[in-house]
Amino acid sequence: MNKQGNAYTLIYIVVLVVLVGAALAFTSISLKDRQQANADADKMRQILASVNITPANAADIISDYNTYITDSYIINEAGEKVDGDLKAFDVNVALQVKEPADKRLMPVYVCTLADGAVKYILPMYGAGLWGPIWGYISVDADGSTVYGAYFAHQGETPGLGAEIEKPAFSSQFIGKQLIKNGEFLPVAVVKAGQKPAGDEDYVDAISGATITSKGVGSMTDVCLTPYANFLKGLAAK
Amino acid sequence: MANNKSVFFNPLSKDNPVLVQILGICSVLAVTVKLEPAVVMGLSVIAVLAFSNVIISLIRNTIPTNIRIIVQLVVVAGLVVIVSELLKAYAYDVSKQLSVFIGLIITNCILMGRLEAFAMANRPWPSFLDGVGNGIGYTIILVIVAFFRELLGSGTLFGFQVVPQCFYEAGYANNGLMILPPMALIVVACIIWVHRSFNKDLQDK
Repeated sequence: MNKQGNAYTLIYIVVLVVLVGAALAFTSISLKDRQQANADADKMRQILASVNITPANAADIISDYNTYITDSYIINEAGEKVDGDLKAFDVNVALQVKEPADKRLMPVYVCTLADGAVKYILPMYGAGLWGPIWGYISVDADGSTVYGAYFAHQGETPGLGAEIEKPAFSSQFIGKQLIKNGEFLPVAVVKAGQKPAGDEDYVDAISGATITSKGVGSMTDVCLTPYANFLKGLAAK
Repeated sequence: MANNKSVFFNPLSKDNPVLVQILGICSVLAVTVKLEPAVVMGLSVIAVLAFSNVIISLIRNTIPTNIRIIVQLVVVAGLVVIVSELLKAYAYDVSKQLSVFIGLIITNCILMGRLEAFAMANRPWPSFLDGVGNGIGYTIILVIVAFFRELLGSGTLFGFQVVPQCFYEAGYANNGLMILPPMALIVVACIIWVHRSFNKDLQDK
């Protein structure tokens, strides 16, 4: 057969693509469970990081998660629990933040620390400079005081925007108040030395990473404000 | 066998893909902030390069000339996706650090260069050696650059603190510039400078 002819070329490329496609499909299917388990464990590690718990090694993540995270549920904007088959852990926050606030499914993780204190962990998702940023913030049982925060990013600039994942930045959130005089005000991120327009609590932005810092600010705004009724409900208890 | 030897050892120094052919620079800039991702990236490139070289060499006589680049790309892309999936399953943290750069091995010029220049014209075993040799040549540079960048930029090696705390107390600070991509380029340039000064035959007249 003529190896330079059109028929040979066509058949050759079709066979090649089918073979490579089959190999890829096989790899993907046979590794899927392991990959999902890794992604889940990573999510658990991040949730625990927001309550300042760092599992000693990778094998401890799942057992620590099961020890400390005692409950999780989904709420709506009114602060009521949403019943359904969907687990809070499986809610895709990235998709939910695109929904209008009154249609959002919002996960809440309830963490019970070793001393019996109860913390509520709320997920966040937003945009940085180069790609998505996300995080978890934990709130005391009074619904207002921030207990801890964890931020992560996909590809912010190392040394600048990427600093949001360092404790130096996230620990600033500790002790901030989300509710003041009965009003819900998410923590603002402002340039160091400046103050926000309102009287909300604020943290210092990272110098040189204006867009990422603004992204964090708008992320806490967009993602936490819909939890206002839920948090006020906690405060009233 | 003398020929096979030179096929394997030449890319380590005299014909190094990064230092002499100046290929694959982009990933050297991107993944050398820390040693660990640099080593994993190097191993991934060695694996992809060796196997794609062998596969292309095995089918080199059947490939229609007019679509040979496409065939090479399909083979490389397939292997890269498999490596990326394996990393996600068995080295999740590292795969997160490397993020898109594993996928970008597909566009690493070293791969297309070796396939086109060597595997298309040689038998599988020399092609395998050529792939491993070039992969190692690339990895050596990656590791050297990452060593300097992690040591001077973060004060750590493989994540372990190397610069003692008393240095920081005495006023020493990590060099933030080392973490940014431009310093990788400068470090590579310094390595090339040193390399050329030892290999007079590589110097331009």
